[in-house]
Amino acid sequence: MSSSERPSRRGIFGVLLNAVAGVMLAVPILRYLFSPVARDRKPGYRAWVSLGSVEQFPAGQTRFATYRNPVVTPSDGDTASIACWVRNIDGKQFQIFAINCAHLGCPVRWFPQSNLFMCPCHGGAYYADGSRASGPPERGLFECRYKVDGGNLFIEAGDMPTPGAPGALASLSVRRPPCA
Amino acid sequence: MRLMGKVGRWFDDRLQLGRPVMQTMAHPVPRQTASWFYVFGSAALTVFGLQVVTGILLAILYVPSAGEAWNILQVLNHQVPAGWFIRALHGWGSNFMLAIVLIHMVQVFLFGAYKFPRELTWIVGVLLLLMTLGMAFTGQVLRFDQDAYWGLGIGASIASRVPLLGPALVNLLLGGPIIAGATLSRFFALHVFVIPGLLIAFVGLHLLLVLKLGINEWPMPGRIVRRATYLEEYHELTRRDGIPFVPGAVWKDVIFSGFVLLSIVACAVVLGPFGPGGQPDPTIIQTAPHPDYFFLWLYALLSFLPPAAETPILLIGPAVGLAVLIALPFLAGEGEKSWKRRPIAVLTLLLAAVALGTLTHLGGYTPWSPVMDAWSGEPIPQQYLKGRTALERHGALVFQLKQCHNCHSLDGRGGERGPALDRVAVGLTQDQLIRQVVQGGGNMPAYGKNLSPAETTALVAFLETLRPAGQAPARNASQATILEPPP
Repeated sequence: MSSSERPSRRGIFGVLLNAVAGVMLAVPILRYLFSPVARDRKPGYRAWVSLGSVEQFPAGQTRFATYRNPVVTPSDGDTASIACWVRNIDGKQFQIFAINCAHLGCPVRWFPQSNLFMCPCHGGAYYADGSRASGPPERGLFECRYKVDGGNLFIEAGDMPTPGAPGALASLSVRRPPCA
Repeated sequence: MRLMGKVGRWFDDRLQLGRPVMQTMAHPVPRQTASWFYVFGSAALTVFGLQVVTGILLAILYVPSAGEAWNILQVLNHQVPAGWFIRALHGWGSNFMLAIVLIHMVQVFLFGAYKFPRELTWIVGVLLLLMTLGMAFTGQVLRFDQDAYWGLGIGASIASRVPLLGPALVNLLLGGPIIAGATLSRFFALHVFVIPGLLIAFVGLHLLLVLKLGINEWPMPGRIVRRATYLEEYHELTRRDGIPFVPGAVWKDVIFSGFVLLSIVACAVVLGPFGPGGQPDPTIIQTAPHPDYFFLWLYALLSFLPPAAETPILLIGPAVGLAVLIALPFLAGEGEKSWKRRPIAVLTLLLAAVALGTLTHLGGYTPWSPVMDAWSGEPIPQQYLKGRTALERHGALVFQLKQCHNCHSLDGRGGERGPALDRVAVGLTQDQLIRQVVQGGGNMPAYGKNLSPAETTALVAFLETLRPAGQAPARNASQATILEPPP
């Protein structure tokens, strides 16, 4: 740049050129970085997954079930296998609870003898219907949507439920989270 | 020798670094700072160097894939020569680094080194502490086992509580809607590229500030820091009573760093590497997730916060803590440096130490967690069964079968979630026992729906026997008055 006080035309051009390059780089970089947030708009992200025949879940009992997450990447390994608790209330109606404690997400265990779910992390406890019994959780277990189709029980799967209140971004999206 | 001198001069003619480096090494420091109290910063830097080297060695074999990381750690532990040792060095190095950084911070705080003109040095130090904690957390995730998996779940659950942005933050943190391959690879990027890069830059800045402003002089009671006069007084001190940093002060740093390195080696050899624990398979739920040592206090705190206050405290607490640390040099930038004249500073530090120490201790044995297998693994002590009626013994059976033992201890065995029941009959009458069992309350689930009337009767009959010999059972005085009219 010359020694004059006003920036030269060449200087302005240089700054502009770099600004354009910056924007052209920034847009894809931001899209890449924030892709996990935008992902739920893609089809197939949430899907109905079979938990197997209804007969595996006898009436009046709560049983352990696992399924593969509907979206899997090659590096997921075992982490794409998800567990849940299936309660067959009366032979017709079911409740499917996410494995995650509503306090901080640790895996709750079902104790059929005392009809309680207990969490190993901070001692949260829930009744058979998933409602809060004691401990630090503020609410009951996360209950997932289900359907029975052709003798098979299906869970709507796709994301790990977390205790935060659904935010503004979630309410903008068309569908509620499947486990809430 | 002559050739080496020639080569050296050839490089220095071009680099021209020789003189500034010599000057920096020989810069005068106050004589009293050549002290064993001034060695922690350099020790932290040494351990950081060890972490970089061992980290690179581990990265040669490590695979940041949720499907393979755990198996690779097994290979490192059991198949690669000295692989276990490198893992152990890196794991113990991490603990030592955090410990030394904390000790360094305590020393700086007690010696008033954050005061004028070293405010920025302190703030950069606070950021370095945050980054060190970030390295510890992300490193724990890379040891991809059950603790790492469920620890991520805890992190996601906390992030989800941020108002409005919570769900988006969870997805950003996990790299998707569940903890999976994308989660591990982004924590790998943070642990290996992002945070170390920042650490190196900020360590450089921290050191530069120490060199530019000079090491904090030994605090003397009554020697007051004033913005107007401090710099002149400090230069006068180093001129009058200074010694060159090399070799005058540096030998203690060198000796202490060597001692720390040897301690890490000793821990690594004797105690071995950390984990990995169980496979990171979320369908294996027979697990009690646990964070690493330096996060145990947080784990404990999370079990004690009242449910309604938890979210605000979790979200606001760290911001307030950080703000206080950053504001400290501005709020107390002048005045006494000596801890002998700063009782509130010393008491604050003691309070923080006692609080963190207590929480860490509690986090180590998690009294708030039910002992999941106490009902089947811990028998009722014999002395509570001897000479009891059939009904009372049946009650003891109900106590086991209904998992009461998971939360209540007898004779020191079993869960500590609820109160120990060895003396419960001294405090609660039969009616109160029935009410407590059936309706629950006070953080106990209600068992009304899970116990038949006969089971409740038997259980309460058993509970009524639980009192030390010679102590009377609790009685309802008003009831007694009504039922047994005075003679």
